[in-house]
Amino acid sequence: MSSEWPLWEVFIRGQHGLNHRHVGSLHAPDAELAIRHARDVYTRRNEGVSIWVVPSAQITASSPSEKGPLFEPANDKVYRHPTFYDIPDEVGHM
Amino acid sequence: MAPSLSDVMTPDAAALAAAAGGEGRAPLAAGSADHDLFTGLTRLGDTALILGHRVSEWCGHAPILEEDIALANMALDLIGQTQLWLGLAGEVEGRGRDADALAFRRDAWDFHNLLLVERPNGDFGMTLMRQFLFDAWHLPLLKALEGSTDARIAAIAQKAGKEVAYHLERSADLVIRLGDGTEESHRRMQGALDALWGYTGEMFLGDAVDQRLAEAGVMPAPESLRAVWDQTVDQVLAEATLTRPASTFAHKGGKQGRHSEHMGHLLTTMQWLQRAYPDAKW
Repeated sequence: MSSEWPLWEVFIRGQHGLNHRHVGSLHAPDAELAIRHARDVYTRRNEGVSIWVVPSAQITASSPSEKGPLFEPANDKVYRHPTFYDIPDEVGHM
Repeated sequence: MAPSLSDVMTPDAAALAAAAGGEGRAPLAAGSADHDLFTGLTRLGDTALILGHRVSEWCGHAPILEEDIALANMALDLIGQTQLWLGLAGEVEGRGRDADALAFRRDAWDFHNLLLVERPNGDFGMTLMRQFLFDAWHLPLLKALEGSTDARIAAIAQKAGKEVAYHLERSADLVIRLGDGTEESHRRMQGALDALWGYTGEMFLGDAVDQRLAEAGVMPAPESLRAVWDQTVDQVLAEATLTRPASTFAHKGGKQGRHSEHMGHLLTTMQWLQRAYPDAKW
């Protein structure tokens, strides 16, 4: 039965979190039940205040075989990290 | 009250009672306000406990992982509510019995749960139909209990109400999906409805205890919950393309301690550990 149900990716916004975070995936026949299942599977320990579900099939992923060309060029570009600046305390968290 | 099996069979029952701190306290007199309250609370607590146990029997056996977890969550909700109802019952009784003592050291005739909740799980459809018929009654019951003249009861009802609102939403939705699903799921859901229907009437049958509790504003009269239940059930069954059985016959007796043949088997499993190893703890 489960093999007939599509897979959904689940995103939860935590109690104090600003963003929804990917927490895992589950099977459900439609979006409404996917939300219910997400509530039952991923918020049992008071983890969340908001749930998003997305059909896994709707996610386009980068290809692992392109890892080199995609990511390696960034390895040696240290100047892209804003670590050369002193941030005044008044600015707060960035 | 008839002696429970443990009182008859355990030579050191008196020592156990003394150890529990209940020594010397007289049993509550039948017909007294405290006895009525104790009975009313065990009816609530036992009903939640037995259904919670039944639902927990699905753990590891549900058709899919997600439903397995959902059922376990619901079983835990119900057992949590049991701890509150039976904990309060023990306090009212004042003989040193806590929720665990009431859950694990009474025999079938001292349990006051509805017969509906001790029905065997059957297939997944039967379990869901039983849950829906129960939830449609449980929610308005808790809403009414929120207005109890007993503040302790009102507080428990308020906490439980949020959990049960979700239970009803879920069970109603699944009954609609499966009733209005495939030919086989429809046939199974109609079969479950027909099989369980005769056990729904007991939810609305009051006795003298219910009447006195209702007059004191402690708990609602059972018959007062019928209209809302009828409305919910009719609406959901219509959407589920299921036919409401015409029969008005009602099996009864659970609330008075007269149970079906399934109850002893259920208790044997549920109480085994505390019977074999009294006071065993994690």
